[in-house]
Amino acid sequence: MGIRTFRIWRGNADGGEFKTYEQESSEGMVVLDVIHGIQAEQANDLAVRWNCKAGKCGSCSVEINGKPKLACMTRMNIYAEDEVITVQPMKAFPVIKDLVTDVSWNYEQNKRIKPLEPGQPEADGDYRMAQEDIERNQEFRKCIECYLCQDVCHILRDHGKTDVFVGPRFMHRLADLAMHPLDTRDRIPEILEEFGSGYCNITRCCTDVCPEHINITDNAIIPLKERVVDRYYDPLAMLGRKLFGGGKSSGTTD
Amino acid sequence: MLDVSEIKTIEHDVVVIGAGGAGLRAAIEASSRGLDTGIVCKSLLGKAHTVMAEGGMAAALGNVDSRDNWKIHFRDTIRGSKFLASWRMAELHAKNAPTRVRELESWGAVFDRTKDGRINQRNFGGHRYPRLAHVGDRTGLELIRTLQDHGIHQGIQVHMECKVLNLLTDADGVISGVLCLWRETGRFMIIRCKAVIMATGGGGKCWKVTSNSWEYTGDGIALAYDIGAELMDLEFTQFHPTGMVWPPSVHGTLVTEGVRGEGGILLNSEGERFMFRYIPERFASETADTIEEADAWLEDDKNNRRPPELLTRDVVARAILAEVKAGRGSPHGGAFLDIANRREAAFIQRKLPSMYHQFKELAEVDITKQTMEVGPTLHYFMGGIRVDADSQETAVAGLFACGECAAGLHGANRLGGNSLSDLLVFGHLAGSGAADYIRDRRGSKAAEFNPEVVASHVRTATSILNRESGSNPYLVHDKLQLAMQENAGIVRTGEQLTKVISQLTALQPDVDQVKAEGSSQYNAGWHEALDLSSMMITSLAVAKAALMREESRGAHTRLDFEGEREEWGNANVITKKGSDGEMSVRREERASPPPELEAVALATIEELESGTVD
Repeated sequence: MGIRTFRIWRGNADGGEFKTYEQESSEGMVVLDVIHGIQAEQANDLAVRWNCKAGKCGSCSVEINGKPKLACMTRMNIYAEDEVITVQPMKAFPVIKDLVTDVSWNYEQNKRIKPLEPGQPEADGDYRMAQEDIERNQEFRKCIECYLCQDVCHILRDHGKTDVFVGPRFMHRLADLAMHPLDTRDRIPEILEEFGSGYCNITRCCTDVCPEHINITDNAIIPLKERVVDRYYDPLAMLGRKLFGGGKSSGTTD
Repeated sequence: MLDVSEIKTIEHDVVVIGAGGAGLRAAIEASSRGLDTGIVCKSLLGKAHTVMAEGGMAAALGNVDSRDNWKIHFRDTIRGSKFLASWRMAELHAKNAPTRVRELESWGAVFDRTKDGRINQRNFGGHRYPRLAHVGDRTGLELIRTLQDHGIHQGIQVHMECKVLNLLTDADGVISGVLCLWRETGRFMIIRCKAVIMATGGGGKCWKVTSNSWEYTGDGIALAYDIGAELMDLEFTQFHPTGMVWPPSVHGTLVTEGVRGEGGILLNSEGERFMFRYIPERFASETADTIEEADAWLEDDKNNRRPPELLTRDVVARAILAEVKAGRGSPHGGAFLDIANRREAAFIQRKLPSMYHQFKELAEVDITKQTMEVGPTLHYFMGGIRVDADSQETAVAGLFACGECAAGLHGANRLGGNSLSDLLVFGHLAGSGAADYIRDRRGSKAAEFNPEVVASHVRTATSILNRESGSNPYLVHDKLQLAMQENAGIVRTGEQLTKVISQLTALQPDVDQVKAEGSSQYNAGWHEALDLSSMMITSLAVAKAALMREESRGAHTRLDFEGEREEWGNANVITKKGSDGEMSVRREERASPPPELEAVALATIEELESGTVD
């Protein structure tokens, strides 16, 4: 495949610029391989996160030619031989150095979500769950926390609403818990009030970039929005609240 | 002059090094015992190599075949280990694994289900019955995420992207803290503590072809060795039989044993299902010897013996190597792994989704239609830091170790699926071991450390950035990997091992004079350079132990000493830093097994099922 031209953003929180590198790319390589080649031969101190190199850990999230992607799963042969490949850090998060961003905000959001609270197991000590009742949970639990969905979400990326919306990754974490057959918590009030389910305007950008092909919008966010609507905006329940009082969280149980 | 008091210093009761399954489980336990617990990990939380574990975690739940029980799991582990596993650890593991798996479910893990709604279990190499609790082929991700999501609510402080440079001790050699480096800023930090739990995994990055990621440089092994802990049986390095062999950039990436567990078979270039020619005597009575019986097992695993593709990993890896050497390999130097002609496409996509994805994206191979090309890849360290079976304490007071960096459970060969359960069982025991140690021996006081030692460690680390010129850390790493790949591989000779020891010795000046360009902030070259010292110690310890063990057992194959030798059948190889600072290796006889456990290991399956041996 020969020599390829890469433009890589180099810099830190104080600023930076794109630098151009010419690097050998051979058969079967992915973008991360070429970045590693540049690191070993031309720029030893180039910062890039990576671990498994097989799309399973979600460390090497970057933007390649403007698209949020895992560098380890982006094959070089999808680009034309003379195409310049531009790699830059995820835009939605503060840059630390080069391709590495500060994703700690995501870890803080996860901490805000209350853990599973299971009921009692059966008399023999085992829980029972039918496979068909957990298919949806297993879809969400494929998440590798690459945060590409967070990076591409307009609410976070363009509007910076990090104080009111947890983003798609944690909306589907909440959906996982809300749909978990063993969970006994009522999570609907906080999904609306604390985690901002109303902010998502269903543009499906998160679903489009998910490397695990999790249908975040249709299978997680929309069902959560429907549960919220059922609880808070059901005309009969609203009337009931008006007549008989009661707090915001009253209404039908989920 | 460096002023150590200016280095940021914090305190925890317990510091856990490593945030894979073992480290997280240990931290959860220490924290639940009321201890202020911190985790230090080189990557972000949730990225440790545990996420790569695919097949499942072994536990004799008996959900799929009610004949299973802890004794049969124990027997399988001992036999798989070629009778070199620690008897007590294998017992603790088999007895405790079901509780740890059920606990994980109550913390949110969503395992695949049986028809009656319980945790499903799959067949795996060396396990007599379907025993692996699993989630498709991404069980490790489920384990680490569950522990992570549970652990963040336990008050554990996680120091991410932070590398431990050295363990600190007082004048009596008692653990007193750790010196670390923030990768992000390049700043140093001291954590004073009463106990350290090592959970750093293995050292796969000492080889060129490995399933391990950049983190696995033998840090825990080297750090513990450096302050006087003993290492045990490092010669047993597991080569997983099925890694990807093409394209070159993913050479070594793991292909789960689950492919074979779900019915996949191995073929050579002549289309022969060659594993029938490699069945060892010890497993002959439990292994199908005709294609008809092996195929019948697929539909009825109760009345047919298991196919030879599910023999233990050491056997399958050597068989593939032998086929390639005999000129019957695949185009890129491996064997063919075929599930496409064995199972329906929908079944494959449901049971092995991540394998389907991996081959499709990385090799442009559709495993529901085409065969895979696979070959051995350095995957796992059976050996490691020597620990007490019940407390996981090392020879150093206050230092504990669990998971892959600790030795004992797997002997000469680890069974697939016994690693994830190992992490949970011994992570839990290490956490409680450290808590007991603090309660009984340390009370409220951490030991002191010597500031001059800290200053010297910091100078060693910063000199890499400060020297005018020196060797390129990436190229030094490359040389080390090539030497280990060529001379400490899946089969070894005394001549090769002697050669690799001198290659490593010759490389030492380059390691000492390594130079990283640029600033201290998130400097990949500096981090690479800092990991080299761990890899040098680990590689040397593997080579020296492999040279000492003059026999072939499990994952350690000496071409110049074929077959298991009686005189080595009950001996460990112990490595320790000598008083002269040189690495010393010795052979140590093991204590006799407890008679009741030996009876279980030697019993027939029928006796264990019927309860005539107990």
